[in-house]
Amino acid sequence: MNKQVARIIAGGVIFAVTMILQTDNEMLELALYLISYIIVGGNVVLKAIKNILRGKVFDENFLMSVATIGAFFIGEYPEGVAVMLFYLVGETFQSYAVDKSRKSIASLMDIRPDYANIKRGDELVRTDPDEVKIGDIIVIKAGERIPLDGKVIEGSSMIDTSALTGESVPREIEVGSDILSGCININGVITAEVTKEFGESTVSKILDLVENASSKKSQSEQFITKFARYYTPVVVIIAAVLAIVPPLVIEGATFNDWIYRALAFLVVSCPCALVVSIPLSFFGGIGGASRSGILVKGSNYLEALAQTEIVVFDKTGTLTKGVFNVQEVHAEGVSEEELLELTAYAESYSNHPISLSLKRAYSKEIDNGRITDVEEISGHGVNAIVDGKKVSAGNFRLMEKMGIPYFKGELIGTVVHVAVENVYAGYIVIADEVKPDSALAIRELKAANIKQIVMLTGDNKSVGAKVANELGLDKVYAELLPGDKVDKLEELFSQKSAKGKLAFVGDGINDAPVLARADIGIAMGGVGSDAAIEAADVVIMTDEPSKIATAMKISQKTLRIAHQNIVFSLAVKAVVLVLSAGGISTLWEAVFADVGVTIIAVLNAFRVLKVKKL
Amino acid sequence: MKKTFKLEGLDCANCAAKIEKAINELDGVKNATVNFITTKMVIEADDEKMPAIIEAAEKTVKKIEPDTVMKKA
Repeated sequence: MNKQVARIIAGGVIFAVTMILQTDNEMLELALYLISYIIVGGNVVLKAIKNILRGKVFDENFLMSVATIGAFFIGEYPEGVAVMLFYLVGETFQSYAVDKSRKSIASLMDIRPDYANIKRGDELVRTDPDEVKIGDIIVIKAGERIPLDGKVIEGSSMIDTSALTGESVPREIEVGSDILSGCININGVITAEVTKEFGESTVSKILDLVENASSKKSQSEQFITKFARYYTPVVVIIAAVLAIVPPLVIEGATFNDWIYRALAFLVVSCPCALVVSIPLSFFGGIGGASRSGILVKGSNYLEALAQTEIVVFDKTGTLTKGVFNVQEVHAEGVSEEELLELTAYAESYSNHPISLSLKRAYSKEIDNGRITDVEEISGHGVNAIVDGKKVSAGNFRLMEKMGIPYFKGELIGTVVHVAVENVYAGYIVIADEVKPDSALAIRELKAANIKQIVMLTGDNKSVGAKVANELGLDKVYAELLPGDKVDKLEELFSQKSAKGKLAFVGDGINDAPVLARADIGIAMGGVGSDAAIEAADVVIMTDEPSKIATAMKISQKTLRIAHQNIVFSLAVKAVVLVLSAGGISTLWEAVFADVGVTIIAVLNAFRVLKVKKL
Repeated sequence: MKKTFKLEGLDCANCAAKIEKAINELDGVKNATVNFITTKMVIEADDEKMPAIIEAAEKTVKKIEPDTVMKKA
């Protein structure tokens, strides 16, 4: 590289001196131009000859050699040298720009841990993460990257998960917590038992996925590949025709003039600008998305995201937390705290999610000594003696069975009715909570011109309607069995336009068939969940539905830049080709249309990497 | 089986596309991808044909891009 720069400078100086001298001695002038040409472009010509001997004709070196040597033959010495000079300067810049973007993409994915500290007796041994086995004990010090997935057995700390999730708030971990490779340990020292080998660890899976994502090509990329296959031969053939036919057919046309025009064609015939910048844009988009905690499994899916018309959400675990919580306590004759306390005690022997949520809401330790005679009545509820009083807690059937009048109005969620000593004491409503982020997610999707936002749920209609209302969804289908979800999806497919895409968002655990059927299957909360990573096309590493809108924005930005590059490169090339054929533009413009455009396109593609500014 | 290689000195995107196409046409190759940005090449083929394919792939790479070296990643 440095040699090339030295050559460019040396040749450039001789060239400039010759230009300024304006010697009348034609032989001297030619000699000086030739010397500078050989210094600058000798290598290119040499490579071209070598490649021809190897049976490979149409490469850049060959085209540039023909164009510049051609210029010499028709007496345009300065242009011969200048074009070669300009071409090499451009190439140098181009490889610098490509190198730079490679590096910044590499740094986006720089989450691979370099080493692991294995504990052997009292000693810590620094090892390659690849050599650590399941069950080995590793120590992660403050500031170090967690090398393999594991379980904490000693110590507590805060860990930075941003490399995996894009989430900047650190997560607290303690003994028993699962830790994921790729995260950074912020303060304490933690000792962990390895639960997965390096190849199976989260960080390896993510890197693997992102690096291989570009093998699934987008339509834009496929277009470029096809285009490039025909573009170069066609332009070269036109150049040949241009050099030979007009001088023979048109009266007064000279070979010198038309060969010159043909040479410009040769210079413009490389599709480099497109071939470099389009895949770079997509790869940058995928890399940027992964930095924000969004894994996109292919350029094709990144492209499809921008064309989404219908977004279908699963309810539980996707728009809602999937965790049941006490929403409302309505007491009659006793205080609310008392009601909650009595109910929590009565239900304390059960591990049902409803009982667990009651215990959570009560939040104090349960003193087992206060409870006697617990009797569960299946499908109804429970009777227990708490502090010597008979407490009955259960659904309306329990109240009816016991002949106790109860509140009959409409309540949304699961209702626990409570009676103390056979007298109605009120009810507690337990329901799943909407994620704090869901409303924002829906608003952003609507702002992004999504035509329909639909929710599918197996839950009852009143719960479904309440969530849909709260979030402003367009449609909700409730009381669906897993099989019904696929049918509903088919129905929705018929409502989108031919080009539009349908995205399904689920938690990836029991949605596999729907995820697979949708144009884009998006799984939420993918951190550490192999099932989600397997089944979906796009994995949101955090639990935030608003990341879907972020993913769409990244997709739109990527496509916009890719399309800008396609239109810009093709337009410049077309204009220069036409102008060259007409004899208006010179080899200078042709070189710009080749390397100049490539550099601009690469720099433009570079913008995709900046996902922070959307 | 899948094998990953690093293509050192790969600095022309058009050549990356050509290499990808040529290697996909080799006998026994199920799928091959060349990633210009990460300079990685992944070849998928049957186990028993792999050694022959690697040899042929090295030659192909040399032919298309003399400055590029195929290395094990």
